[in-house]
Amino acid sequence: MALFDFFLLEAIINGILFGGVLALLALGLNLVFGVVDVIWIAYAELVMSGMYIIYTLHITWGWPLLLAAPMAIVGVGLMGLVVHRLIIAPILDTPPINQLLATGGLLFFLQNFATLIFGADFRNIGLSLPILQIFELYISFSRLLSFGAAVLGMIGLYLFLSRTYIGTAIRAVAQDREIMSLMGVNTKKVYLITSALAGAMAGLAAILLVLQQDVHPFIGFSFGPITFMICVMGGLGNLIGGFFAAFIISQIISIGSFYGSTELSYVIAFVLFIIVMFIRPQGIFKRNT
Amino acid sequence: MKRYLLIAAAVSILALLPLFLVPVYYLHLLILVLIWSFIGTSWSLMGKFGIVSLGHGAFLGIGVYATTVLWNFQGLTPWIGIPIGIALALLLALLIGYPAFRFRVVGHYFALITLALGEVVRLSIIAARNITGGSLGMTPDRVQPPTDVSWYALQFSDKRYFYVIALLCWLGALLIWRWVNRSMTRPALEAISEDEVAAASMGIHVTSHKLRITLLSAGMTALGGILLGLYNQYLNPSSLSGISISLEIVFLSIVGGMYSMLGPTIGAIITIVFRESLRTYFGVSLAGMSESIYGLLLIVSIIFMPRGIYGAVETWLKREPPPSTSAGADPDPDPSS
Repeated sequence: MALFDFFLLEAIINGILFGGVLALLALGLNLVFGVVDVIWIAYAELVMSGMYIIYTLHITWGWPLLLAAPMAIVGVGLMGLVVHRLIIAPILDTPPINQLLATGGLLFFLQNFATLIFGADFRNIGLSLPILQIFELYISFSRLLSFGAAVLGMIGLYLFLSRTYIGTAIRAVAQDREIMSLMGVNTKKVYLITSALAGAMAGLAAILLVLQQDVHPFIGFSFGPITFMICVMGGLGNLIGGFFAAFIISQIISIGSFYGSTELSYVIAFVLFIIVMFIRPQGIFKRNT
Repeated sequence: MKRYLLIAAAVSILALLPLFLVPVYYLHLLILVLIWSFIGTSWSLMGKFGIVSLGHGAFLGIGVYATTVLWNFQGLTPWIGIPIGIALALLLALLIGYPAFRFRVVGHYFALITLALGEVVRLSIIAARNITGGSLGMTPDRVQPPTDVSWYALQFSDKRYFYVIALLCWLGALLIWRWVNRSMTRPALEAISEDEVAAASMGIHVTSHKLRITLLSAGMTALGGILLGLYNQYLNPSSLSGISISLEIVFLSIVGGMYSMLGPTIGAIITIVFRESLRTYFGVSLAGMSESIYGLLLIVSIIFMPRGIYGAVETWLKREPPPSTSAGADPDPDPSS
């Protein structure tokens, strides 16, 4: 039975776990799109910055990893705040494509600033987590951790948005920004908080990525485009949709890599994305209301 | 009349430049500036009407790889390979453009679709590593027997040949720009970029207008890619397709000013001169320095000068009221600009 061989099962399980990482990456991007209606094209570069924050604190300055890792969340959260305040806010009223392109400038800046400071070398924090063996299946522990963090991050964000006062305000602004500002909600403040939250999510993703990958200035290009595709496929701004889209895409990539080559499976994922965009531009999981 | 004399003088100075003893390095920079201006101008033909593509690397890559693969494996001269490469780019533009414009995929969504397209082409080139050399890149075979000047293979050891070819292409792009600006396509596309539904209700065929300008832009971009490949005699999937180069094309045009005929050229001059001078003065120790400043320049440029450097200078010279911060239609009524 070729269909039930362990390697395929392993590919599927690893696909699910990889989906956790992608879902976590998509979470912050989706949040900022849903609320502020802006695509941070430099989102993957914010994650990269978080990875370098951990690297610098842990390796160069010798902080313990458990202390350095939360600093990535704080640091990138602050970066999210600054990005919104300095780049997005001044051009919030111009066509959305301007905002996308302005964060594109940020992408260039972050990538090359990282090259300037850290060089183009691949760097890692020198920590390798064990690989779990269950029967004949080999499962990467760091991926399992990312998967767990993605689920926790998702639940945490959901609780924050649904149970807290400010979370309710964020959801209200996401639904109708004009009306909410008439209702006396300070949209500027809501945008700032959302951006900081999205940055913090990028920081969380950075922690989990730094455990399994070497960091280099151009690492954003390896997972950035696929993250955008996931957000759009799930329906931009739809957190749950993005979560499921992450698993669809990751299964395509994982099983595709198992049968063919990694590049071709990415090609299939991108082509699927393009086709989905033509058929359902609002994303597969967006409700038709 | 005086204007035409001025243009004729400028063109003849540019054309006669290689006859004087220009150091090879400066000639190299000039060629790069001309080719990138050509590509930037091609992108801006779409971009200035609010059709922002983040995937022009796709057209760049498919054209140059088709031409080179045909030359290396079939011995087909670039004179036939170039039209085939351009035709493939046009086909790709049609495949992506027709459904996108038909189903009203605009703004963010169009940008992201084209971004995906650029990645599809880059990854496909890498996946076909048996013939394209994968991410290591490939070099076009030297013409046999080796000669210094081969019009058949378009391989020249003297850079001056390429200078003239690049100059002609760049002038051609400027003429196309002027032609588009003076045709009925311009007001139609401007109306579309303001409001698609309203434009359609006025009887403007939205899909076909957008598709035509996209095909034009894609075909020219493919030719630009082929020029780069022939000039460098080296092809690399990351530097000819994918997200990174696509964004560079966009930024070069925006910094220079995508609403003006010479804007992308100014952008190319600034980008290349800036990068090269920082590289020669500081060496590799400051790798990333010029691009970092460039990135900041981009952010500032989009926030404060949405019409780019050329546009800002132009507005300042004309002392017009400050332009709206719109990436949409060019409010400038002067068709020759």
